Amino acid sequence: MRLKKYLNIRWIASIMVMCALLVNAIPLSAQLADTSSTTASSSAGVNEGAADSSALKSASSEPLISTVVDTAASAKLIADFKPEKDFGPLYKSASYYVLLFFLVCVFIAIIGKVLRVYELSGELQGKKTKSYWQNVQGILFIVVLIAGLYGVYWSYTVQGAMSMTIAASEHGEKIDTMFYVTLVITTIVFILTHILLFGFSFKYRGSDTRKAYFYPHNNAVERLWTIIPAITLTVLVVFGFITWRSITNVPKEEQDKALKVEVVGEQFKWNIRYSGTDNIIGKRNFTLITPTNGLGIDYKDPKSWDDKLAGEIVLPVNKPVRVAVGSKDILHSFYIPDFRVQINAVPGMPTSFQFTPKYTTQQMRDKLNDPTFNYLLLCAKICGAGHYNMQAKVTVLSEDEYKAWEAKLPLFYNDDVKKQLQVAQQKMSSENNKVTLITKNNR
Amino acid sequence: MASTAIHDTAVLTHHDHGHEHGHHKETFITKYIFSQDHKMIAKQFLITGIIMAVIAMFLSVLFRLQLGWPDKNFPILETFLGKWAEGGRIRPDFYLALVTIHGTMMVFFVLTAGLSGTFSNLLIPLQLGARDMASPFLNMLSYWFFFTACMIMMGSFFVQTGPASAGWTIYPPLSAIPKAIPGSGLGMTLWLISMILFVASSLMGALNYISTVLNMRTKGMDMWRMPLTIWAFFLTAILGVLSFPVLVSGVVLLIFDRSFGTSFYLSDIVVQGEVLPNQGGSPILWQHLFWFLGHPEVYIVIMPALGITSEVIATNSRKPIFGYHAMVYSLIGITILSFIVWGHHMFITGMNPFLGGVFMITTLIIAVPSAVKTFNYLATLWRGNIRFTPAMLFAIGLVSFFISGGLTGIFLGNAALDINLHDTYFVVAHFHLVMGSAAIFGMLCGVYHWFPKMFGRLMDEKLGYLHFWLTFIGAYLVFFPMHFMGLDGVPRRYYAFTEFEFMKEWLTVNTFISWAAIISALAQVAFLWNFFYSIFYGKKSSQNPWESNTMEWTAPVEHLHGNWPGEIPTVYRWPYDYSKPGHDDDFIPQTVPFSQTMSSNLPHDFEGNAESERIQQEWDSKYAADKVEQGIN
Repeated sequence: MRLKKYLNIRWIASIMVMCALLVNAIPLSAQLADTSSTTASSSAGVNEGAADSSALKSASSEPLISTVVDTAASAKLIADFKPEKDFGPLYKSASYYVLLFFLVCVFIAIIGKVLRVYELSGELQGKKTKSYWQNVQGILFIVVLIAGLYGVYWSYTVQGAMSMTIAASEHGEKIDTMFYVTLVITTIVFILTHILLFGFSFKYRGSDTRKAYFYPHNNAVERLWTIIPAITLTVLVVFGFITWRSITNVPKEEQDKALKVEVVGEQFKWNIRYSGTDNIIGKRNFTLITPTNGLGIDYKDPKSWDDKLAGEIVLPVNKPVRVAVGSKDILHSFYIPDFRVQINAVPGMPTSFQFTPKYTTQQMRDKLNDPTFNYLLLCAKICGAGHYNMQAKVTVLSEDEYKAWEAKLPLFYNDDVKKQLQVAQQKMSSENNKVTLITKNNR
Repeated sequence: MASTAIHDTAVLTHHDHGHEHGHHKETFITKYIFSQDHKMIAKQFLITGIIMAVIAMFLSVLFRLQLGWPDKNFPILETFLGKWAEGGRIRPDFYLALVTIHGTMMVFFVLTAGLSGTFSNLLIPLQLGARDMASPFLNMLSYWFFFTACMIMMGSFFVQTGPASAGWTIYPPLSAIPKAIPGSGLGMTLWLISMILFVASSLMGALNYISTVLNMRTKGMDMWRMPLTIWAFFLTAILGVLSFPVLVSGVVLLIFDRSFGTSFYLSDIVVQGEVLPNQGGSPILWQHLFWFLGHPEVYIVIMPALGITSEVIATNSRKPIFGYHAMVYSLIGITILSFIVWGHHMFITGMNPFLGGVFMITTLIIAVPSAVKTFNYLATLWRGNIRFTPAMLFAIGLVSFFISGGLTGIFLGNAALDINLHDTYFVVAHFHLVMGSAAIFGMLCGVYHWFPKMFGRLMDEKLGYLHFWLTFIGAYLVFFPMHFMGLDGVPRRYYAFTEFEFMKEWLTVNTFISWAAIISALAQVAFLWNFFYSIFYGKKSSQNPWESNTMEWTAPVEHLHGNWPGEIPTVYRWPYDYSKPGHDDDFIPQTVPFSQTMSSNLPHDFEGNAESERIQQEWDSKYAADKVEQGIN
């Protein structure tokens, strides 16, 4: 019976290898040369990738400010790749990987067989191999525990440093404090429980000479470890609730004082409108959206007359800003990680977020020692093919600089637009008349 | 008493029926395809679930290729995917389709149907001592609805406009407007149909599980003697029955919006210059309806896994599960609380912030029963006599994932922190650990543990060890770094990290994650080989290979319709009498009466039955000397 199985595996394995070799149908030496070249190219892949992405960037660098995603450009890019390249070597490298995997499998199968033979011969001599494997697992748990703890330490320091950004808004600092408190508590729990889990697994690994300790319950202990998490969580809840309310529950007078900016998402760009001198954003109606009036601004509302459209978000430092967020088509999410600001853009339901930028872009550049740094607005809610590149630049200036910039913004509601709107309106009404006529006739 | 009598007659009639049935010749079709035997249906669920898992895992490898090497071409992809990977590079909209279908399949088909469907079907009758499910026909129907749902979902890959691609949560308006994304055309229609069939399947299953657990327990099996697996399946089924219909109502409204011009979710929309007539709807409504199911759903996924590991950890630690009652109450607590936490998926959707604050409180409360469960697992391991079967390794792995994923939940459940973490990779890391990896480990744990019960053979242990260590380490290597990406503000469902300057530092990390994902995906070959090979050529199993207490191991290895030949055994004790002092073996099956274990009985075993206590006291005084001696030994 065993012998039969033995043969089975060998046959299958050898057939696999043979097939793989036949598929390749290339002399072994050539294969080796090729593998080395492919590994070289794959290691260079990252660099290549960076180069390619910069190419992509340059192709789309111009619209970066207006953040229009030109899928056409990327499609062209893909099309460019297509004709010239000879895919032969790439197919070849794919089959090498498959072959490599087969070889690994065969190798594991052989090790398995060797172990089996070793165990069988051990059994014949009356040795017990079962407990040997038990010990191996126990020791592996300890090894993984130590390696894992080091890994956690490593990623906290290396990747943690990569991910920790300076909170550039007032409430952002509160969020960060909250975050660090939670991080400390959870990390302690994480490490302690894992030391216990893996430590117990090692320490109490099975043996035939011992019996486990019958210990079905202990109400005192259970009460203790219900109450301690409950208290810890209560503290976090209260702390979190207060922070959350302080961020989202802004008093009316504070809201009025804040600078009003409207940001409306659409596939795949952000439209930005400033509220002008009255600091009130004029009404918007989706039925008024035309190619000229992309936001559907309602010019019957006089508050909209001083509104200004902008290509990017520019904010004054240390002044509260209230962003009214909306969407023309589907859900988007207004997300500026550096400010710790996020709110969804929902069609048909205005949302808003109030925050105060703490550092100008220039100050951040100095702090980070990165002269190219920019605050970025990105979309965090899945919205289609261009979701990964729906961005807008956010610049924070000193108050004077901001005022100068804002003053330069042209009014959207100028004479040209007025004329165009009138024409469009006439056209619309005449069309409507036509429609009503037709329906009347039909009746 | 009355109920017991009724129950007995029911068993008798059923038994007669079973006897009669034996004379029938079972055809291939009634035995393997349209089977009404719960054990066969369990296997059907399992194998379908495994196939779905392999497909969904393959999809994840495809998008990991894109994320790991965003500027590299894989011409082999064009060979297989055609226009969706022109020039060997996956297209952005197809990338979204991949993540959508990966999520849907994993959550619903693998971790709900594959996990609950398999083990509820297999274990509820066997561990409770029933001949079959309350309604075997409904049970069969449940599988075939599920199978049809799977086929329709797979079929959406062969549609011109591609499969659904609005994310597994299919938030409208994106999912409602084909103009916004091609996947919202026919592909989304198929997704919705598939989901309705799936919900029908899971409802039929759940109703069956509930009625079986409530009505068909064998003599002596009162609720507080049920193994924790059954408690978990029972509460999971209740959760499913109460929450899945809400998803159907949501889906039906979405179908209306898509096909009949209603405006439940749509309002004020202009897509590519076209003003849509819809007004008055709210996309937030969908989110409420979806997450009213969606959040209980994650507990539907994790609770059976917790039940399975409770059983496996107790058996393999050779110790009673610590705090059996606390474990059950935690499960009940989780069940109830899971209905009032759905809002934590919606903190920043524009829902009233005060409501968000309330949901934050309920969300963090649910961490308490979860913490109790974790500590009880640790206490069960303490001073145990642990046998490292592959199932036990996976159970320990589950506890580890449950801890690490659960702890990051404390961040996300906190509305203030969620502002910055919502829809980032932090979320991806969190739920892949706590409900993805943990639940799949629960499922694998169950497969390794009950494989002998299902197929009468044993799986290879060493391949199991290899599979465990590769998968366990691999999963951490994949998901741990994602936390940090999320903290840096990298949103999920991004096709490439190349367009933002601050994301570029994560490109190499992404390559690393992709390698880890590919290697752990390949490690599953060890499992697949082990599983399918052992079905046919595995070592024959003994009746009770793990020396376990629960009832399924008293049934013969050879499957028969009706599970037990002759009378169903009676249950006398709880399922966790492992290593009881005074008893020779380190386990006492539930079917062993106390009269046979006089040396190990404890006062509270008799639950206040004065007569039994008197008999025990008499015996004790008679053999007290022996008992003391034994104690010394």
